[in-house]
Amino acid sequence: MEGAVIEFHLDGRSGVSPYLQIVQQVRHALRLGLLDEGDRLPTVKEVVARLAINPNTVLKAYRELEHEGLVAARPGVGTFVTRTLADASLAAHAPLRQELRRWLSRARRAGLDDESIEALFMTTFRTAAREDIA
Amino acid sequence: MSAVLRARHLGKRYKQRWALSDCTFEVPAGHVTGLVGPNGAGKSTLLNLAAGMLTPTSGTIEVCGGVPGDGPAQLAKVGFVAQDTPVYASLTVADHLRLGARLNPGWDDALARRRIERLGLDPDQRAGRLSGGQRAQLALTLGIAKRPELLILDEPVAALDPLARREFLQDLMEAVAEHGLSVILSSHLVADLERVCDHLVVLVASQVRLAGALDELLATHHRLSGPRRDVATLPADQEVISASHTDRQTTLVVRTEAPILDPAWTVSGLTLEDLVLAYLARPAGAGSAGRPALTVLR
Repeated sequence: MEGAVIEFHLDGRSGVSPYLQIVQQVRHALRLGLLDEGDRLPTVKEVVARLAINPNTVLKAYRELEHEGLVAARPGVGTFVTRTLADASLAAHAPLRQELRRWLSRARRAGLDDESIEALFMTTFRTAAREDIA
Repeated sequence: MSAVLRARHLGKRYKQRWALSDCTFEVPAGHVTGLVGPNGAGKSTLLNLAAGMLTPTSGTIEVCGGVPGDGPAQLAKVGFVAQDTPVYASLTVADHLRLGARLNPGWDDALARRRIERLGLDPDQRAGRLSGGQRAQLALTLGIAKRPELLILDEPVAALDPLARREFLQDLMEAVAEHGLSVILSSHLVADLERVCDHLVVLVASQVRLAGALDELLATHHRLSGPRRDVATLPADQEVISASHTDRQTTLVVRTEAPILDPAWTVSGLTLEDLVLAYLARPAGAGSAGRPALTVLR
């Protein structure tokens, strides 16, 4: 059997639950084109033997990815990528990054330090997310 | 939910002292359950009761559907690695495997040999000359190769260096993934528990203070901070686990199923360590008998 394409790692200080970290790492790899359709994710046994984490954590992450339609489990064979996220949005990254850079230099000129910039971004981000839901 | 362990009003007394009293809780099958609590809280007593090494003074305990230690069939279902992962110092690694094969009806010899080989242990080495990490791995090998339904481990990694600890937990999790066995392990190292456990039991001063699925416990506990406030004015569904006040500020850890709506609070999540510490520091008798429950009149 072909080996898995990616390996997971855990950040114990991130405050993000291990299962969500795995979900995010798969999504991230899909977005960056690191994972492609047909690629096999590491088996549950491979992940737990490497990270020393609870198997149910991995199962939960894989179920969530399956629910999102990103992967599909083939019993006895493994879990495979069914859809990639590196589509049109990848092309939009560059112009967005440029705008963000311009915004950052404006913020600095206005006298904001790193912490203030981060706080401003996060509160705006959260408020906008909340308004989108409402 | 099928339970691998059921305790009802379980108690154990040593002479005058109750090491465990009135414990009622369940541990679900197919999970890895972490048992935490300060020294002397009764963790080892509880694990020894579950393994059948001790008998209860009061109440009942049921493990894998039977009475702990009750006959060969029950003994075969439960693996027990006692504190400090004991092995027979004068016996060789190979002797341990032979002993395991003779004493356990469900012994998986191929699995035991594979593990010993992978660990790089010399079969002719006396167990007394193994390093702490190797000794723990030998004890784990015996526990896994027995092919129990439930594996109980009392502080298995406490004496190990970080690398040996990680390797031990990797192998334990691999066995859980491969054989679907249930595990109960006690540990002081909450960071390890956070990785390997999906269920938690907190034992303080001989009583179970908290038991439940890790995800749910983390989702239902919140840290609130805001302007100073009397905790008696909180909504009835918010159980206060810990509270500290300055002249102007109040910081709380509360447990609630409902979202926190009061805009006066800054709400943040808790790490497992914060959660455990909040319960360890909580005075005895707090909780259900603490604040009188308020009812909302509509």
